[in-house]
Amino acid sequence: MPTEVLRAPLVVEFPFTRSLGPVQSAFLTGLRERTVLGVKTKDGRTLVPPVEYDPVTADEIRDLVEVGATGTVTTWAWNHEPRRGQPLDTPFAWVLVRLDGADTALLHALDAPGPDEVRTGMRVRIRWAAERTGAITDIACFEAYEGAVGGEVGPHDGEFSDLVTGIVAHARLDYTYAPGRAQTAYINALSDQKTVGERCPSCHKVYVPPRGACPTCGVATTERVEVGPRGTVTTYCIVNIKAKNLDIEVPYVYAHIALDGADLALHARIAGIPYDQVRMGLRVEPVWTEGGRFPDHYRPTGEPDAAYDTYKELV
Amino acid sequence: MPSAKPSARPSVMRPVRDIAIVAFGQTDHLRSTDELSEVEMLMPVLHQVLAATGLKTSDIGFTCSGSSDYLAGRAFSFTMALDGVGAWPPISESHVEMDGAWALYEAWTKLLTGEADTALVYSYGKSSPGSVRDVLTRQLDPYYVAPLWPDSVALAALQAQALIDAGDADEPALAGVAARSRQDASANSHAQLRGSVAQGDYVVRPLRTGDCPPIGDGAAAVILAAGERARDLCERPAWIRGIDHRVEAHSLGVRDLTDSPSSRLAAERAGAFERPVDTAELHAPFTSQEVVLRKALKLGADVAVNPSGGALAANPVMAAGLIRLGEAAARIHRGESDRALAHATSGPCLQQNLVAVLEGDS
Ligand SMILES: [Zn+2]
Repeated sequence: MPTEVLRAPLVVEFPFTRSLGPVQSAFLTGLRERTVLGVKTKDGRTLVPPVEYDPVTADEIRDLVEVGATGTVTTWAWNHEPRRGQPLDTPFAWVLVRLDGADTALLHALDAPGPDEVRTGMRVRIRWAAERTGAITDIACFEAYEGAVGGEVGPHDGEFSDLVTGIVAHARLDYTYAPGRAQTAYINALSDQKTVGERCPSCHKVYVPPRGACPTCGVATTERVEVGPRGTVTTYCIVNIKAKNLDIEVPYVYAHIALDGADLALHARIAGIPYDQVRMGLRVEPVWTEGGRFPDHYRPTGEPDAAYDTYKELV
Repeated sequence: MPSAKPSARPSVMRPVRDIAIVAFGQTDHLRSTDELSEVEMLMPVLHQVLAATGLKTSDIGFTCSGSSDYLAGRAFSFTMALDGVGAWPPISESHVEMDGAWALYEAWTKLLTGEADTALVYSYGKSSPGSVRDVLTRQLDPYYVAPLWPDSVALAALQAQALIDAGDADEPALAGVAARSRQDASANSHAQLRGSVAQGDYVVRPLRTGDCPPIGDGAAAVILAAGERARDLCERPAWIRGIDHRVEAHSLGVRDLTDSPSSRLAAERAGAFERPVDTAELHAPFTSQEVVLRKALKLGADVAVNPSGGALAANPVMAAGLIRLGEAAARIHRGESDRALAHATSGPCLQQNLVAVLEGDS
């Protein structure tokens, strides 16, 4: 199929609002206060960052301890091309750091002039972010530190004023969406104010919009067929609640419309007729607005209604 | 950090029914397939395995698929692909938001119950629309890790450095894994990277381009059948003697990144250590992960590891694990292997691992 496929940017963004359990709440509040907390397991290990359940035994754990803001690199990787959202925008090392007093390691970034300045076993300390909100990013990064293992390590009651109880985890992913061969043909036809479907070579049904496969036969649909422009209302509903950002007066009618020659109904708004006079069997045609990429709505053609038998398979 | 305790040594569970992989198909794996929708990419592969067995879609007892909405950037993206399996009239169907290897596991358990005698398993992934390095960050712990956006190569690089520090590998050894994989892929017409491939510059040190999998699109399908049905459909079925999957703590800092105790335990439960295998298809997207898995799975130098080229030659995310099972089975079908181990992974640094043992009739 030599037709050029369509492409468009697609951005998926969502701010996940997450609540924190007692342990995560204490840990993230602690970071805001420049205090690093871990939890102690029954067998005496200290986990940093802390979790609420022992990863080996699944025991609930709540015993908080304070560990040092200095630690030792247990492994590292030099990141010469930082990516969006990462802690530093200059080349840095990813590091796992075992903080003094902890038995497990925390993932973060290490600010260093180059890979020759980083090694497993090197001593590092936390560089705190200037503005801290109760998030892992309150640690701006780690930096080299010439000092022995030490620092105050001991039990902590986890009590802070104004505990952080939730975080907002922002996510953003960028895509280039390409709808594929069948839908590209459909969208291209719409720009000429035409509607095309595809016929199944096996059951001969015409699907619109086409997706490239017949869901009954599981085979590719390739024969392109122009359908409509007129069609028949097969079923409908009356919308009484105004949608946000939608400039259509309620009540209005949304309908399934079987375009002439199609074996699948598509859906669209019906206008040009009082909402309470729309009915099954009503013959309609598309109304395009200037520059519209699909019909704005369908309106009655004035033809006699279609007989039920002609569209009952499509209801 | 102790691994899963070896003390209470489990007895290997014998499947209550004989179930085999009887057909395997895959697409050519390509950097981009944006002229095709997911279902358009998938359908030829479905037809390939149906044709190989002579089954029609209406003959299939259970259908299970694996894919990810995060690759497509759309919710419920798998429902579109269902058009390719002839889902009307209604069929018995299920989906896992994981690699298709886990869909195969679900289908296998379905056949074990006796509710179905045949199953179609497929999976697909189009990495080309997005940035797979960033997409994979969304599977990380959302509190402590995901806000830092460590991409998949960065996490694998931490594991590689841990291996180098432990003396289990060095950069030339990793390059050797890359070269051998792409050389073996020369015989695999579906592979994306074949033959001599430059080791290249660092992506995230110590991993170079050559240590990382190609980014690409692809799909795969297998058909499972039970008992005599398998013999009817395939001359030499690849019997699944055992299959198991295990997971490790999600926090990287509590794990020993130089080992894969979950792979070892899954292999033990699948019966992999009872007798030697001659072939191992390992889902190791990074060279360093093959080093970890060889050690964890106790694979000697006499085992043919990734004769297909493995994930270093083609890594369609969500299908690459199922392809390992399919490649291992296909070697048995062709009489090139009598007993093969197939492995699939998911999550950062080999967090989750599935191991199956496949055998041909002698
Ligand atoms: Zn059909």
